[in-house]
Amino acid sequence: MRYFSAPVLVWILALLLPVVAVTSLGVGTIAISSAEILHSFSSAVIGSSGDAQTNSILFDIRLPRILLALLVGAVLASTGAVMQGLFRNPLADPSLIGVSGGASVGASLMIVSAGGFIQAGALTGLSLVAIGAFAGGFIATIVVYRVATSNLGTSVTTMLLAGIAMGALAGALNSLLSYFSDNEMLRQISVWQMGNLSGANWLKVAVMGAVSIWLLMRLPAQAKALNALLLGESEARHLGIDVQSVKRRLILLTALGVGVSVAVAGLVGFVGLVIPHIVRLIIGPDHRWLLPASALAGASLLIVADSIARVVVLPAELPTGILTALIGAPFFVVLLMHQRREI
Amino acid sequence: MAMIAENISLHLAGFDLLRNINLTIESGQVTAVVGPNGAGKSSLLKVLTGDIKPTDGRVLLNGRNISQWEMREKANLLAILPQHSELNFPFTASEVVGLGRIPHLTGYGKDQEITINALQLVDASYLQRRLYTQMSGGERQRVQLARVLAQIWSPSDLGQQFLVLDEPTSAFDLSHQQMILDIVRQFASRGVGVLMVLHDLNLAAKCADNLVIVNNGVIAAHGSPDKVLSEQLINEVFDVQAVIARHPVTDTPLVIT
Repeated sequence: MRYFSAPVLVWILALLLPVVAVTSLGVGTIAISSAEILHSFSSAVIGSSGDAQTNSILFDIRLPRILLALLVGAVLASTGAVMQGLFRNPLADPSLIGVSGGASVGASLMIVSAGGFIQAGALTGLSLVAIGAFAGGFIATIVVYRVATSNLGTSVTTMLLAGIAMGALAGALNSLLSYFSDNEMLRQISVWQMGNLSGANWLKVAVMGAVSIWLLMRLPAQAKALNALLLGESEARHLGIDVQSVKRRLILLTALGVGVSVAVAGLVGFVGLVIPHIVRLIIGPDHRWLLPASALAGASLLIVADSIARVVVLPAELPTGILTALIGAPFFVVLLMHQRREI
Repeated sequence: MAMIAENISLHLAGFDLLRNINLTIESGQVTAVVGPNGAGKSSLLKVLTGDIKPTDGRVLLNGRNISQWEMREKANLLAILPQHSELNFPFTASEVVGLGRIPHLTGYGKDQEITINALQLVDASYLQRRLYTQMSGGERQRVQLARVLAQIWSPSDLGQQFLVLDEPTSAFDLSHQQMILDIVRQFASRGVGVLMVLHDLNLAAKCADNLVIVNNGVIAAHGSPDKVLSEQLINEVFDVQAVIARHPVTDTPLVIT
């Protein structure tokens, strides 16, 4: 049973995204009305200066943050769809290939070993933590991929198991690092692991933007291959798909996309798992529609979650990752119960 | 042109799965492979379709080594129906059949038309919008068959086409067993070379031009069903006492156990 035709859903989501993004501009510790937003933007366009404080909140804080949420959400959700297709498992997510575990070890290592340099590193806008997270995530993925690859090709099952082993190892290393941390480091580690967009700035947006655009432009060309892969690897080969190179390409793209996402936003859970799953329930598993629809839905969800995170415990903020899990997990459980009832 | 296995041997993990197999699948003919469980039928199919490289020997598809064909070109010539499918995502039947058009660049309209016709051919038009995950075993197998047929629906400029079916009748009731034999004959009459693994000797005898009996990794007998099927051979290969009679209508051999 399909609830919508795929193009209709993509259109709805494409129209919803700008609405969500603009609405989110007004939400925060200081509420800004839509008239003020309009005024600020129009005065920025014609070059005159509006209210300095409002401008600063809009252009230095909220806009980069919303754009970062949009990009991270889009990348996490679409790579989640890719992983679920590649593993032929609707419950797979990007963390399965070790990228999240590796990234959190990289980040913790930086916080613990280079704690004093973090402030200095912040000068560049991309902290050492971000670089450590990216490196850790990428290295972990490469290790998992290598373990699972023999001259017979990459075994998806082995990769899944190697990813689980990598996750356990990363968990242990993280605990070890936490054990030797002082209070301040411990707090930084745990806040980072919750996933947080409050550190958004234009440099992060630029880096994330470049990676996301490249990724989101490369993925559609793999949609048919992913569809064929759902039949099984040998069936995909018989349909003319070069399975091994598709796998390598998709794993690299995912490691890069998720690696950078995690570096700029920490561990934001559930977007990569839940969004593609929900989209698939609505329009089916055809990746030609699933990938763009997931990207759009993930972008919207993360913007909404981040907006709520900004205001739910005023005047403080919650880490965004807490919100995505708080919204995502119960929704997912309801979905699973609903699904069981249909079977 | 044909699909030819030249002196194939396959050793895997210390076992001799296939030994010195020579086999030619002629275009326009139906070849049925039969044999007891574990005889090497599936291994033979995997080697013939290029899934596994033989330890010795080679497979030629239209004169060229099967591993040297460009993948998409090969997919235009060779369609394979596996015994089981791993698909557990909720595609509709139309979408599954549409996957068979991936190697082609014929455009949406043409692909759509072929999808509808292929589903109709396998008596599955009513499944078009149903989800694969909610179908019965027989329905799934028919949809997969339609996908494979859609893949070689029209002749290719690249050469003769081949259709390989691994136990296609296993999930089918009587009328659909008959249906698949008709479809296979129909494709063969268009020039497609058909190779299928069957368990039912009588179905094989009724439909095949050539019967290949595989036992212990070698070809025990090979030829027309009339020539090959004998009480002695069935006793040797299957360890079953059988009587060979004639089918009263089609006059093909009829194995009675």
